[in-house]
Amino acid sequence: MSIQKILLVILIMALCTYLPRMLPLALFRQKIKNQYISSLLCYLPYGILAAMVFPDIFSSTASIVSGITGTAAALFLAYRRRGLLTVSISACLTVFVVSVR
Amino acid sequence: MLTFRKGFKDGIPIALGYLSVSFAFGMLAVEKGLPLWSPVLLSISNFTGTGQFAGIDLISSNAGLWEVVFTILVINIRYMLMSLSLSQRLVKDMPVWQRMVIAFGNTDEIFGVSIQQKEPLTMRYMTGIILCSYTGWNAGTVLGVLASSALPVMVRTALGIALYAMFIAIIIPPARESKPIMKVIVLSVLLSCVFSYVPVLSGLGSGWTIIICGVISAGLGAYFFPLEMKDSDTPDVPDDTDEQAVIK
Repeated sequence: MSIQKILLVILIMALCTYLPRMLPLALFRQKIKNQYISSLLCYLPYGILAAMVFPDIFSSTASIVSGITGTAAALFLAYRRRGLLTVSISACLTVFVVSVR
Repeated sequence: MLTFRKGFKDGIPIALGYLSVSFAFGMLAVEKGLPLWSPVLLSISNFTGTGQFAGIDLISSNAGLWEVVFTILVINIRYMLMSLSLSQRLVKDMPVWQRMVIAFGNTDEIFGVSIQQKEPLTMRYMTGIILCSYTGWNAGTVLGVLASSALPVMVRTALGIALYAMFIAIIIPPARESKPIMKVIVLSVLLSCVFSYVPVLSGLGSGWTIIICGVISAGLGAYFFPLEMKDSDTPDVPDDTDEQAVIK
C-alpha cells in the first residue's frame, strides 16, 4: 500500500471511530424522560461489557486452561470488591503462574 | 467532587492495561510490515483497540476503501450505544464542544470506569481520565514499535487478560448489589456464548454480536425491572434485594 493510501485509510478509520462516539453525545443533550428508554440505558453498560468479556476472555491467553484460571481469579477478587488494578494484575499473575508450570 | 485529579487517578489502571495492549498492537503492526509511523499515527488519531487491530489487517492486505469503512463501522457501532448511555450521565449544562471532546475519549474502558461514578460527570473529570489513558495508549504503541526483540511470549500472553479482568472488576460489584443487573449480565453472557459457539451465528462479526447481546439483555432488563423515575435526575442503578427494582 502506498503512503498516500495508508494515510487515507487512517483518516477514514479515524472518522468511522469518532462519528459513532460523537453523534449521540452531541445530539442527545436532554435527559431522556421515557422510563423504558432510561432503564434500558442504565442496564446497557452491563450488557455490553459482559458480552465483550465472555467468552473471549477464555481464549485471551495462550491456553484455555490459563484463560479459565485467570477468569476465575478475576471473578473471585471482583466479587470481594477489590479494585480494578488489583483484579487486573492478579489475573495476569495467575495466568503467568499457570503457564509457567 | 469529580475533579481533574480524581479523573486522572481513575485513569491509571486503564493506562496500565492499555500499555500492554497497545504495546502488542505496535509490535504486531511492525511484524505485518507496516511503516513504523503508521501504528503511532493510528493510535493518536483513532484511540480504539479492536478497530486498530482490524486496521493493520486491512492495510497489510491492501483492502479497498469501502471495505475499510464497513469493517470499522461495524466494529465501532457499539460506541453509539455507549455514547448515548454516557450522554445521560454528564452534567446538565455541558456545552456541545466539550461533549465533542469527550466523545473522542469514549473508549470501552473509559466508559466503563466513568459510569461507575455516582455524581454527574464533569468536564474536568473526563479530561483527567481521558488524558491519562490516552498517554498510556500512545506510550505503549511507541514502545511496541521500538521494541526490537519481542517480550517473552509467556509475559505477553499473561498480559492478554488484563483488560478483560478490568471489565469483570467493573461489572461484578454492582451485580452483587442488584439482582436485575446480575440477570442482565448472565443473560448477555449466555447470548454471547451462543453467538460464538453456534456455527451459523459465529459468522457474525463481534461488533454486531456485542450490540445484539447488549440490547437484548438490557432491553429485557428494562422491561422486567424498570427503574422508578425521579424528577429531573438520572435514575440510580437499582440496589434492592427484591425482584422489583425500587430506587431510593
